[in-house]
Amino acid sequence: MTVTTRPPTGSAPGPTPSRPSLADRLGARLSALPTVAALLIFVGMIIYGEAAYGRIVQFNTLSNLLVNNSHLIILAVGLTFVILTGGIDLSVGAVIAFSSVAGVMLSNAGWHPMAAVLVMVLIGSVLGLISGVLIQYFGVQPFIATLATMFLARGLASMLSTVPERLADDSAIRDLATQLKIIDGEKVNDLVITPGVVAAIVIVVLGFLVLHRTRFGRTVYAIGGSEQSATLMGLPVPATKLGIYVISGTLAGIAAVVYTSRLGSAQNITGIGWELDAIAAVVIGGTLLTGGTGFVLGSVVGALVLGLMNVLITRDGGIRPEMTTIITGGILLVFVILQRVLARRRSETG
Amino acid sequence: MSDLAARLAAGRGAIVRNQAFWGVIAIAALLAINVVADPGYLSVGYNGETGRLSGNLIDILRAAAPILMIAVGMCLVVATGGIDLSVGSIMVVAGAVSMELLRGMDGSAGNAALTLAIALGIATALGAVNGFLVSVVGLQPFISTLVMMLAGRGIAKVITGGQNTTADNDSFAWLANGYVVGVPVVFLLAIAIVALVWLLVRRSALGLMLEAIGMDSRASRLAGVKRRSLQLTVYSVSGLLAGIAGVFATASVMTVDVSRTGYQLELDAILAVVIGGTSLAGGKFSIGGAVIGGLLIATLDKTVVFLGIPASATPAFKAIVIVVLCLLQSERVRSLFRHRRALRAQSQKEAVAA
Repeated sequence: MTVTTRPPTGSAPGPTPSRPSLADRLGARLSALPTVAALLIFVGMIIYGEAAYGRIVQFNTLSNLLVNNSHLIILAVGLTFVILTGGIDLSVGAVIAFSSVAGVMLSNAGWHPMAAVLVMVLIGSVLGLISGVLIQYFGVQPFIATLATMFLARGLASMLSTVPERLADDSAIRDLATQLKIIDGEKVNDLVITPGVVAAIVIVVLGFLVLHRTRFGRTVYAIGGSEQSATLMGLPVPATKLGIYVISGTLAGIAAVVYTSRLGSAQNITGIGWELDAIAAVVIGGTLLTGGTGFVLGSVVGALVLGLMNVLITRDGGIRPEMTTIITGGILLVFVILQRVLARRRSETG
Repeated sequence: MSDLAARLAAGRGAIVRNQAFWGVIAIAALLAINVVADPGYLSVGYNGETGRLSGNLIDILRAAAPILMIAVGMCLVVATGGIDLSVGSIMVVAGAVSMELLRGMDGSAGNAALTLAIALGIATALGAVNGFLVSVVGLQPFISTLVMMLAGRGIAKVITGGQNTTADNDSFAWLANGYVVGVPVVFLLAIAIVALVWLLVRRSALGLMLEAIGMDSRASRLAGVKRRSLQLTVYSVSGLLAGIAGVFATASVMTVDVSRTGYQLELDAILAVVIGGTSLAGGKFSIGGAVIGGLLIATLDKTVVFLGIPASATPAFKAIVIVVLCLLQSERVRSLFRHRRALRAQSQKEAVAA
């Protein structure tokens, strides 16, 4: 460390954050624009749904939206960390399959529910650690390394069982999906949450705090900006990169617990393609796949946009179910083109 | 004398460093496992009446044909620093188009040719949309082709109305099930197409230009490489090859399964390319490597089934292959080997001195 006598400039690192210049603030606003746009579209979809189909802005629809998508929100938070560093994690869907099949089988074999849940989460952590070690210490590209973990987890799940494994009716794991009434509305119109939703909300808040209020979070953004610069700045790049894949895997394990408790069964084909849903949620939420820019809260909005879209398609009834993936693709395309327009100043890739 | 030995050692080093070499070793290892399980595994039978070769090896070659097609397309896309996640979906679109068309036609060869042309045209158009999104709109290849992957399967379902359409046309089925001089037509076609692509990119400057885009897109533009039109072409070609793969995959059973035909085959294609030593970072590619990768995947699939392991567990074995091949490629493991070899050489020297 050298001691400088020069007065700190606007961009100099210091113990107290210096006042950002106007351009910096405008830049920050610009990078938040896709997220704001996602929020606007979400609100627009709700308004459209209420106007066209009705019964959208009411307690049970909105709480069902949260209950049914809490696992996707948890996955999206994990992928936000990974994508912010410019990496990718394809393994989350398969991790859910392996973790939930293993958890249900252990629970049915008489394990204590707490132990089974712990194993489910740890399976995620270990698989995430494997991806992280391959990427960080053996120089494997994130796409390939997490593809390997994805195949591994899916294969292991299939070796455990290829039929739906039902969770025993009296299993305590099912209690995690108990619907707790917050506001008792008329008839079925209640505002309910489940422990799964609470877990998702806690994870979102934690994810937000870690990314924006800790050194770890700043290092994540720095790696996404430029890994080389982050290394030269003396940031703990290897530990952080390892950490984000462990986080992503662990959150996939938690998502497995939440999903399994809600569904009450697990199968080796659970979660096929969920990694793509989660990536889509993150991208819709305004995180750039090149890394360095994005927000956890945006990913939550992205996940809710996808969930709400499914609700609207079901409500419409006139849209054939085959069209669902086309519409998902279309929405994704609109969002990335929007991002592209907004992010012209970023250098081109590919 | 020592000069020759050194050159041999250097040659050996180059071969060992070539990742495709490890792919060949892996294929040999898998075949060896099968031979242990059943000593007659490698035998190729010849039916004098029909003039056809038969046997497990022939089955592997047939299964490899669609994978070879998409792997070669993927190889070119990856060379430009891109990726094409949509090949599986384009396969099912091509399959759905051809089955829907053939269902309403009589089984003449002319109709089969017409159907083939339309299906491949649509596949190429879908690939061109990918290319347009990447090269003109400037979206990331991962996202553009992800959109096409999601939309493609939807399009296929819309085409068939969500049904698994079956059709009947002997000429069309011949593409996948026929034999020429005892060898499956499908494999001959695949090899011919691979050879054609290889000639196009390696006997002209095309391949170098693709690699230039993958290395540094800006520098390649300054050097006069037409990035946009080349990217458009490369994604279109990938779409076309995926369409051919889709025709191969559906013609063998004359049924398109809208939710399973080509499902997740993009991952197999990427895997084949990586096994062949093409880095996903772009800037270099090896078509021969991709062919070996494709053959390895087909062998692996068939081996798992042959050994009686549930097919749904296949991914775990693919994971092992990926991890082992990636570790062999990694600097850390290599330097470990080098270090050990150096140590051994030193201890030998010391032994001689003593």
